[in-house]
Amino acid sequence: MLSLMEKSPMGVFLEHLAKGELAYQICLDDNKAFYYPRSVAPGSGSSNIEWRVSKGLGTVYTTTVVHYKGEPPLNVAMIDLDESFRMMSRVEDIDPMQVKIGMRVKFRVHAGDAKMPPYPVFTPVGG
Amino acid sequence: MAAVTNLALDGLKRGSVAVVGAAESDLGQVAPNTHPMDIMAQASMRALDDCGLTLKDVDGLFIAATQVRMGPMAFAEYMRIKPRYFDGTIIGGSSFMTHVTHAHAALQLGLCDVALIAYGSTQRSVSRAAASPREFNYWESPYRPFLPSSAYAMAAARHMHQYGTTREQLAAVAVAARKWALMNPKAWEKEPLTIEQVLNARMVSYPFTVRDCCLVLDGGGAIVMTRADRAKALKKKPVYVLGEGESLSHANISSMPDFTVTAAADSGKQAYAMARMKPSDMQMLSLYDAFTITPLLFLEDLGFCKKGEGGPFVASGAIEPGGKLPVNTSGGGLSYCHPGMYGLLVMIEAIRQVRGECGQRQVNGCNVALAQGNGGVLSSECTVIFGSDATL
Repeated sequence: MLSLMEKSPMGVFLEHLAKGELAYQICLDDNKAFYYPRSVAPGSGSSNIEWRVSKGLGTVYTTTVVHYKGEPPLNVAMIDLDESFRMMSRVEDIDPMQVKIGMRVKFRVHAGDAKMPPYPVFTPVGG
Repeated sequence: MAAVTNLALDGLKRGSVAVVGAAESDLGQVAPNTHPMDIMAQASMRALDDCGLTLKDVDGLFIAATQVRMGPMAFAEYMRIKPRYFDGTIIGGSSFMTHVTHAHAALQLGLCDVALIAYGSTQRSVSRAAASPREFNYWESPYRPFLPSSAYAMAAARHMHQYGTTREQLAAVAVAARKWALMNPKAWEKEPLTIEQVLNARMVSYPFTVRDCCLVLDGGGAIVMTRADRAKALKKKPVYVLGEGESLSHANISSMPDFTVTAAADSGKQAYAMARMKPSDMQMLSLYDAFTITPLLFLEDLGFCKKGEGGPFVASGAIEPGGKLPVNTSGGGLSYCHPGMYGLLVMIEAIRQVRGECGQRQVNGCNVALAQGNGGVLSSECTVIFGSDATL
């Protein structure tokens, strides 16, 4: 088991992200991928967990466009990664209303800012 | 009879407890510096007056509120009472349905004799952001979803994609709620609403405009429960608890397994099994309408139409006044009142319909009503089926 004295699940995730990698975990007992990263596997409670690096390709499961006052419309989407895990993210480099369910997307790293560590976002494949 | 699927509920007996008192607090916008406890206390005394019991009779306390972190303690202090039994379970808007189930267990076991469930909020006065501050969550917060709206919007978008549901069909839920609200003197909204007005209102989180979203108001409520034998001796006609079900699905929307199926499919099955009833036995539905998609999903998941057919069902006028299935006769969270966690008011309308107290909007001969609670972001689903003595 990952000792929480040395590294946290989110800490390992951020180490991968710093290398441009989208990391996720898999429970070796049932071979199921899961996300967000955890200290034990969901469902089983197993410690038999392995970190993997995603190819970064996925499909939009659902999407919305948020309208904050005085700001341009903002996309929020759920992405189903090809490795069978789902995450919330944002599809960039495209009009938020043109983000469609079923669209293929590719991961990249958003640098974050003073208040937010780097985080994964997506762009349309071949877009 | 089908087996109750939730073993935790196996010990609860159909009809062994009843709601004897029910009341709202003042609703809408309360005076400056009103505290949520002021609202809760007002509603509690009204609910006790409703059944002829007093504060001294209350020995079971069930309190949840977003602005009062340790509800049972705060309530006991405010009222200067020492409850024998207390519970502060908080799972969002469906907390109070869970409190009914927990009160049922406590009453049946003799852990308390008079259970009071109460809630209060000043979210309109202090702002929703202040009343329900969101927890930071690295796996969602960077994307800035406008929660809870964006979560429900993504459920609606997926339903639209998968089943061809339209924005007009979603708007029909808001229009039906408004028609009912115009018959409820306590409803916040007083003017008629059209499909076009819903579609053309300010966009919040696509596909939702502000008219697809519940009201943000101050208010609260309370209900009083006792065992069935004592209930008969009190002022009002008892409203018996016939069935209960509860199901947790996730906490954050990104962990919802299927955005088009809620855990109400599970809680509903449990409640029907316990009540020994089926959907067609329900004479009125009180469905938590945080957003227009919510009752549409519940109509499907609770067995009133097939999965995917909720859109045409609501657009047919079925849930409007005069339709075949009265839903949210108070005007709902969309047009009557939504004080942050709305589940208690969801049940109060169902209870009043079974009592026959709803005046112009009364459903004729309503002996059975289903109340569906919803908490978080389609996260916790709890069902309670209420019935008159004719159903025992």
